[in-house]
Amino acid sequence: MKLRRTMMFVPGNNPGMLINAGIYGADTIIFDLEDSVALSEKDAARHLVYNAMKSIRYSCEVAVRINHISTPFGYKDLETILAVKPDLIRLPKAETAADIEEIDELITAAEIKHGFRPGSINMMAAIETAKGIRNAYDIAAASPRMVAIAIGGEDYLADLQTSRTKDGKEFFAGRGQLILAAREAGIHAIDTVFGDVNNEEDFIAETTRIKEMGFDGKSVVNPRQINIVHEIYAPTEKEIDHAQRVIAAYEESLARKSGVVSLNGKMIDIPVVKRAQRTLAYANAVGKNERGTTL
Amino acid sequence: MLQIIEPSQAGTVESNDILIILTPVSADKGIHVELTSPVLKKYGRQINNVIQEVLREQGIDAVHVSANDRGALDCTIRARMMTAIDRAAAKEVLG
Repeated sequence: MKLRRTMMFVPGNNPGMLINAGIYGADTIIFDLEDSVALSEKDAARHLVYNAMKSIRYSCEVAVRINHISTPFGYKDLETILAVKPDLIRLPKAETAADIEEIDELITAAEIKHGFRPGSINMMAAIETAKGIRNAYDIAAASPRMVAIAIGGEDYLADLQTSRTKDGKEFFAGRGQLILAAREAGIHAIDTVFGDVNNEEDFIAETTRIKEMGFDGKSVVNPRQINIVHEIYAPTEKEIDHAQRVIAAYEESLARKSGVVSLNGKMIDIPVVKRAQRTLAYANAVGKNERGTTL
Repeated sequence: MLQIIEPSQAGTVESNDILIILTPVSADKGIHVELTSPVLKKYGRQINNVIQEVLREQGIDAVHVSANDRGALDCTIRARMMTAIDRAAAKEVLG
């Protein structure tokens, strides 16, 4: 099971950060060609990310956030970056399924051109407007390449004509729609960045909140935020113990070829098994599944 | 074959980067690389090789390259060279 607890943005025109990006333990690194790159440096970032990806073997999932295809940079970004086969292309400001379908076709053409396995490059979309949130399910289900949707915070709040509050009430509607759309489409839901890197208290509160809402992970902008998110997402000993017993009971029922799974006299249905598998995947990621129960 | 006919630059003098400045020269002057680096003794030849390699790949045989290295890896040197070449926007395909 692929985890995306942390997706760390790395500015595409900073060689030092590009080179070191893989060492901090993020589940995914996102090389950014968009907001963190000045207009006059878009070409330089594109060349830098291309060459870094060609030369450096990163041990985590590698994504590239391209510029929107309505800008003069989006198509060029895709043409260059697809040649080095990123795991994932992240699209900014997705508003309709058609946005996804257009990029999907370009990726398909690039896979054929470069001889990559068809369908091997994934997509995710950032939703940054009310219109996008309204179309979140259509966006999430627009292509089999789609593995995640994310909410893009600052643009979304600007579109809503509001700003950040301590308890995040401004995000409730958007986050709620996003998580429902992602779950219906069977893909990941990723929360927005928390830009105030020195405000650990509010970062912890926000991350706890989005985890409880059901989000699979959070975009981060600084390596210091990675371990905090991973700790919050780490299951408790009690949760792990329960999950291990659920999986053991499930495996035993499979071995017995019995359609009924029960634990301590209580029936266990498939959603419970799936939740246990998810818990153990998160436990494995932080080395806490000591019994090594299979998933 | 490409000819650099406008000056251009790419990169920075920040750590791990390299500042490349391309200056056009007449065809008979060939390639001249002027390199400064804190690791010139140990890696100067390698940096120079990467610069020459990118120029060769692009079919450029006359240019003055000023390279101010701050510990860039080969992939960064290649990227900055490619950007500088692209930015010599008046580059022409000759021959």
